[in-house]
Amino acid sequence: MIVAQRKSLERIEQMLEGCEQILVVGCGTCVAVCMAGGEKEVQLLAEQLRMRGKLGGLRRTIDEITLTRQCDHEYLDQLAPHVHNYDALLSMACGAGVQLLAEHFEGRLVLPALDTRFIGASDAEGQWSQRCSACCECILDLTGGICPHTLCPKGQLNGPCGGADHGRCEVDPENECAWALIYRRLELLGRLDQIRTIQPPKDHSATTRPGRQRHPAFDADGSED
Amino acid sequence: MSERKFEPKVLALCCTYCAYTAADLAGSLRLEYSPNVRVVKLMCSGKVDPILLLRAFERGADAVFVAGCAQGECHFLEGNVRGKRAVQHAKRLIAELGLEPERLEFFHIPASDGPLFARCADQMTARARELGPNPLRSSAQQDAGSALEQPRDAHPALPQCRAGVLIRAAEGDE
Repeated sequence: MIVAQRKSLERIEQMLEGCEQILVVGCGTCVAVCMAGGEKEVQLLAEQLRMRGKLGGLRRTIDEITLTRQCDHEYLDQLAPHVHNYDALLSMACGAGVQLLAEHFEGRLVLPALDTRFIGASDAEGQWSQRCSACCECILDLTGGICPHTLCPKGQLNGPCGGADHGRCEVDPENECAWALIYRRLELLGRLDQIRTIQPPKDHSATTRPGRQRHPAFDADGSED
Repeated sequence: MSERKFEPKVLALCCTYCAYTAADLAGSLRLEYSPNVRVVKLMCSGKVDPILLLRAFERGADAVFVAGCAQGECHFLEGNVRGKRAVQHAKRLIAELGLEPERLEFFHIPASDGPLFARCADQMTARARELGPNPLRSSAQQDAGSALEQPRDAHPALPQCRAGVLIRAAEGDE
């Protein structure tokens, strides 16, 4: 999932300066799971803003709503009857959600309440770590399901480098060396010979921004390639 | 502020198995403790959500404390751990918006310790007196927004059962 974290209240207040009618819009998908922008977090942020407003003697209204997703136009339609009541929509979605919301209601001020961090997975209660860099060239079949491009700070596709110390990374000893992990995993799988495969340099053109994708079933002309 | 002497309002959210029983015991023992405390009984301190604590302050409570079972003795095994975590998180949130986090506290009060409940009640009342009135008290009734109504998802009609056979709405009535 996409992992994000909430901006500081200070920063959010800065963005909201001069706005009196504010709608906090939550997202019930990735950011709800990583406890950054789901229904609960919307309640808490809206409540903080209400209390902050009252403490500052502001006459402002903070309403809240949480949609299933903000990265799909269909779900954003639910806001249509409401948006005209607000000076600002404070989105608690990832950057994709914020942008689609801004596009869907062009001419409305849409503000981000979160900092989007990475594609990750859950390590423990309340903890997530990055697992994928969306590189568009997945080689997890060769590395025992451990991504060196993401887990190695150097992104080495042919590792390990010479800096690992007792299986710890020289860049950050907090982290285990991705290639030490890969070695052990491949050993466990009885596929250690795979580590000898030399990976060609990564084709970074595949991740030229902005990325676009069309599902083959939705080819414009329906013709077969 | 009016000329009247400030009397703090203290909210106590008590687990029914421990702290509430301790409060009961404090009563049975005829212990005197601060009358400013309003006790709310919960099935478990783990039911406390940070949003409840924030709302208590928005509505003008001068101090709030959550009281759960003694460490390692929670009736629901780890409800008190969750309650404590919720309180700590709420403390961070109220500090961030500019209220004193000391207005909020979590206590472990075993059912057998009536005097401890009385001490906690007195401590939080004294703390509220020291900190002065919650600045949100005057605006407690001011409406500052709420959750928008969302239409409920339309569900297909439930199938009916006739003579032991399920008839789904889509299949139409015979």
